[in-house]
Amino acid sequence: MHTARIKPTLESWREEARALLVRRVPPDAVLWFDASDEPSLFPAESSPPPAAVSPTPRVSAAFMELARTVAAHTDERRWGLLYRLLWRMTHGGERALLNVPTDADVRLAEQWRQAVSRAIHKMHAFVRFRLTGKDEATGREQFVAWFEPEHRIVRLAAPFFEKRFAGMDWSILTPVECAHWDGERLHFTPGVPPSAAPNEDALEDLWRTYFKSIFNPARLKVKMMQQEMPKRYWKNLPEAPLIPELIAASSVRVRTMLATEGLEVKPAPRNAYLESLPRKDHPEP
Amino acid sequence: MDLQRKLEILADAAKYDASCASSGAARKDSRGSQGVGSTGGAGICHSYAPDGRCISLLKVLLTNACLYDCHYCINRRSSNVQRARFTPEEVVQLTLDFYKRNYIEGLFLSSGIIQSADHTMELVIEVARKLREEHLFRGYIHLKTIPEASPALIERAGRYADRISINIELPTQAGLTRLAPEKNLARTQAAMGHIHGKIEERLADKRKPEAPKPPPFATGQSTQMLVGADESTDADILQRADALYTGYRLRRVYYSGFSPIPEPSKVLPIKPPPLVREHRLYQADWLLRFYDFKVGEIVTPDAPHLDLALDPKLSWALRNRAQFPADINRAPRETLLRVPGLGARNVDRILAARRHCRLRLVDLLRLRVPMKKVLPFIIAADHTPAHLDLDGDSLRQRFLPPPQQMELSLAGPPPTAADNASVLTGEL
Repeated sequence: MHTARIKPTLESWREEARALLVRRVPPDAVLWFDASDEPSLFPAESSPPPAAVSPTPRVSAAFMELARTVAAHTDERRWGLLYRLLWRMTHGGERALLNVPTDADVRLAEQWRQAVSRAIHKMHAFVRFRLTGKDEATGREQFVAWFEPEHRIVRLAAPFFEKRFAGMDWSILTPVECAHWDGERLHFTPGVPPSAAPNEDALEDLWRTYFKSIFNPARLKVKMMQQEMPKRYWKNLPEAPLIPELIAASSVRVRTMLATEGLEVKPAPRNAYLESLPRKDHPEP
Repeated sequence: MDLQRKLEILADAAKYDASCASSGAARKDSRGSQGVGSTGGAGICHSYAPDGRCISLLKVLLTNACLYDCHYCINRRSSNVQRARFTPEEVVQLTLDFYKRNYIEGLFLSSGIIQSADHTMELVIEVARKLREEHLFRGYIHLKTIPEASPALIERAGRYADRISINIELPTQAGLTRLAPEKNLARTQAAMGHIHGKIEERLADKRKPEAPKPPPFATGQSTQMLVGADESTDADILQRADALYTGYRLRRVYYSGFSPIPEPSKVLPIKPPPLVREHRLYQADWLLRFYDFKVGEIVTPDAPHLDLALDPKLSWALRNRAQFPADINRAPRETLLRVPGLGARNVDRILAARRHCRLRLVDLLRLRVPMKKVLPFIIAADHTPAHLDLDGDSLRQRFLPPPQQMELSLAGPPPTAADNASVLTGEL
């Protein structure tokens, strides 16, 4: 059995996988571990002598794209799954494997890809910046956000923020990795504790006012809301604490509306524009 | 009046518009500028209200004062609702402040009609112009336009906006005449036709390789229809929607189940439709746009309303059992699209997979196809439905929701707020 202990990045996996493939090590002979995990009970093992050496195989761009996303998933089996797919395509005679969406391995990779894509999308949606100051020299506003992503997605999610918020300085702090933009360069630093984040922004009251007012109490669909905005994100959303009271008050608000007596029609005021509207004939088109 | 109070009134006034899309805009972003904003990918829902609706845009009215008297609308002139008015600068600042904190994708601006259609339109355009020209804002802008406004103004709105829309509100002129006397279906459709022409013209300009880059113009228009405010049937609504999709290439028709409002009108007896009716209309809309169904297949003169208990595709399949079972290893795409429980993406996966192997039920299970729903309608390598399945009277029964047990226990828990609300709204 071969043990591959790698840094949890696509690059490390790729290097290791390439070496294993060249030596024709089959997938069920490899155990994959993140180097950041606790040291395993098994002793570290030097690479086995090559059984046979084959030229470096080539794979499709579609597979590398899939691998890039799946690598960000936190399931510990992801490296093994990616290597098994790779093996089947290069040594197993299943060149077109990725075109078989019902294959169990392909399907699992696809599900993890979707989970990571969804986590990236939710990060784009639920990061909330707080204004922390202004750079005196450049005049650029500075914003900082605290976010707790699902999966290791900071690097995959960051380019979106660069494109969208090019004109301001910003940092997104997370427990695993932080992203920063200064107008010139996107760069990454190690994770920080939540205490490093700013804790209030004056605009949040206005945002909560908006959230409260745009809600229609006559059409409560709490399950739908929670499906799209899972509770795990709530603690970092300034508007989320309002949700329970909005739900609780809605039935009284609806009852009041239903019990209100209908209002009489008010005649049109004198207005040149209203009088200019043709009122008589409304031909059906 | 302070800004907070204005926001409260003017967001409340805007919340009955169901449109929330922020997708489908041309690709643009803020790199290399001192501004902010990007569009062009899939839209992002930055939050969700407990009504299940996505919050992606700052959706407000410039003012809720209005000359018109549309009886389903809280802002009609006969309503006693408190009136407020933003200055264009206030809306611009709010949009930028919210956007920079990543609360929103952009602005959806509408307005009550004051003085005249043209005057109102000019105020709305001024907000968009300031955002684009003075603040280099490249986020999403959706402007509601007024069909009675002059074509030149609608064209200017389209220069700044990613999407423009005119609400048709009701599917028939008879409904409008009774409930929205200032509105007119022919005028609305003429304005939609004008916008459609502009969008097409701009697309054609872009295809000419040697021509100079044309000025930007909105890439799409949408509309909204109210459901349950008048007597219109689902057939009326879907026929109108279909005419708008084919006639004016609308991106979206939104269906908004009429919900009770404060300050209701005498003209409009309040009996809100169940929310599930709106849901069924969206499902039917999807069948028209992505599954090649025709309106006449979904609703018929004998049954002009959608079945509230079953989704429209399943309903259609039960009425057309002779067309089933479909062999998932052989049937063409258009047949598979009509199998209840098979979505467009899974149909494509099935087509890809069957080039490599014969598909069995376990393959469908892996694709998370709802088995109970598809089994009577398909043949797989290891499955043929029993004849009785498709002919039996019990097939419909099998798909109906289970009957609700009445609460018998006197010691049972008291109804929650959500229970009460669901009784009132009829939500399933």
